[in-house]
Amino acid sequence: MKSMKRISAGDHVTNVTFYILLSVFVIICFYPIWYVIVASVSDPTYVNSGALITLPRGLHFAAYKYAFDQRQLWIGYGNTILYTLFGTFFGLAVCIPCGYALSRRDLPFRGLIMGIFVFTMYFGGGLIPTYIVINTLHLVNTRLLLIIMGSVSVYNIVLIRTFCQSSIPEELREAASLDGCSNTRFFFSIVLPLSKAILAVIALYIAVYHWNSYYNALVYTTKSDIQPLQLYLRQLLLINTGAEDLGDADSLKEMQQMISSIRYAVIVMSSLPIMCLYPFLQKYFVQGVMIGSIKS
Amino acid sequence: MQPSVNVKKKHWQRVIHQMIENKALYLMILPAFLYILIFCYWPMYGIQIAFRDFNFADGITGSRWAGLKWFSLFFRSNNFALVVGNTLILSFYELLAGFPVPILLALIMNAVPSRRFRKISQTVTYLPHFISVIVLVGMMGSMFSVNSGWVNTIVKALGGTPTYIMGEAKYFRHVYVWSGVWQQMGWNSIIYLAALTGIDPGLHEAAMIDGAGKLRRIWHIDIPGILPTVSIMLILRFGSIMSMGFDKVYSMQNSLNLSVSEVLSTHIYKMGIQSTKYSYSAAVSLFNNVINFIMLVTVNKVSDKLSGNSLW
Repeated sequence: MKSMKRISAGDHVTNVTFYILLSVFVIICFYPIWYVIVASVSDPTYVNSGALITLPRGLHFAAYKYAFDQRQLWIGYGNTILYTLFGTFFGLAVCIPCGYALSRRDLPFRGLIMGIFVFTMYFGGGLIPTYIVINTLHLVNTRLLLIIMGSVSVYNIVLIRTFCQSSIPEELREAASLDGCSNTRFFFSIVLPLSKAILAVIALYIAVYHWNSYYNALVYTTKSDIQPLQLYLRQLLLINTGAEDLGDADSLKEMQQMISSIRYAVIVMSSLPIMCLYPFLQKYFVQGVMIGSIKS
Repeated sequence: MQPSVNVKKKHWQRVIHQMIENKALYLMILPAFLYILIFCYWPMYGIQIAFRDFNFADGITGSRWAGLKWFSLFFRSNNFALVVGNTLILSFYELLAGFPVPILLALIMNAVPSRRFRKISQTVTYLPHFISVIVLVGMMGSMFSVNSGWVNTIVKALGGTPTYIMGEAKYFRHVYVWSGVWQQMGWNSIIYLAALTGIDPGLHEAAMIDGAGKLRRIWHIDIPGILPTVSIMLILRFGSIMSMGFDKVYSMQNSLNLSVSEVLSTHIYKMGIQSTKYSYSAAVSLFNNVINFIMLVTVNKVSDKLSGNSLW
């Protein structure tokens, strides 16, 4: 048995090379993220010097203190939480029943309905025609629009449908229906409990979409009090390249000193929820990709 | 004739019976159906403004017909070659650079003996996928900064002259593509990893007994094993070659790099929302949509012929 486990010299070299290569990939992926975290709590003078940092130098939380005092940041944060929570709930409530119903092979015109849905993945009205519709519905500059827009996606419906087809046995429904179980009851008491995994996957997909998206807010809103976090970040990170707009004249010099640190602090604050939750939810995200790959 | 009519009648009776029996299922579809109807199909009715002189006061049907005026304006403008060219170059570059890296990563991950290290590297390489576009571009802005970014510190240490990479047109494509590779390589490797775990371990054992080293097994077993997945992914990517996303390009745009960064989606946005040339924007958008649709259908046809894989 021992000889089976022994590896040849050639394989040994290969293994070491692969460890090194993979380590390089890991460092490339991790360092920029780590740098942001470390820079956000380091002394601004170190940050401004442009040195490579691997550990925090001279712990400073002034950037966070400044960020915490920004009213607009909290407005954006609150709005994003609102849109994420309600949007996710709305998306699930609409997509899950639809995906299940479309998974049923005994549903007449299933293919036709599916075709009507899938067509929109490949063809759409475009920006202005969509804007006209939103305008006609008086949804421009409303929170409602930012909640519902993007929460329902045909891709997610297809995922749910694929999942239901492969994991809810036809015999189960036949047996239930012989016992006089209605479609609605079957859905609530059998399908939903069996679909917890896909429920988590879809919920996470919608939540991440809402947390990170800025396009709808950019196009359909002009009022700052309903704008999500990402638009505030856009203002701070991409548009104000100078420090002038951030503070009054007295603190200008101090602000200029701190601007990089403030940017890093705000990045950390905005990305923290996903970054913290992600390791626990990783398996669900990966599961979503797997289910998606069955279809294609 | 009689029996066939009877069969048809019976068939329809059964269908109607089935529909009534499953009316709850139609009710479950209804909300999503209405959503699609309102947000996807209703806008398609408005596509006609591409052929009209649209303004909000007259409404869609109240505006005068303009024929192909907006299309010919777009096709004859200098923007046409620029915008379509930029879209294609950026897309192809992204495909060429972004496609092989996840495959390579998956092959390496799969071949590393330590399970634990594999798990950790998966968690870490998937992480950038969850960073928002705004944050990504903001991060690059700070890290590439001439005075305070660590990238330029390295450049200086190596004897180069520091440059603001985000502000120079000649670097835009590279920054755009490689930051995308950085962000998505881990995430996109998932599907190949799944394909690799699906390979029969017996093949590897047999090859090992025959004395095949690790590299040879990767070359002769792993790579052929994931080839079907690779070809499907490639086909899918080709189908969306003209549908360059808006979010990241727009975030990375500035007045210095417009000559290379203006693509169809940003042009549509600027013309439509910022310059309020509604009909012109709708015409460009329709052009883009039609090209996309044709690409997808063609690619799908070809894929169906070559490999029997079809999207629908």
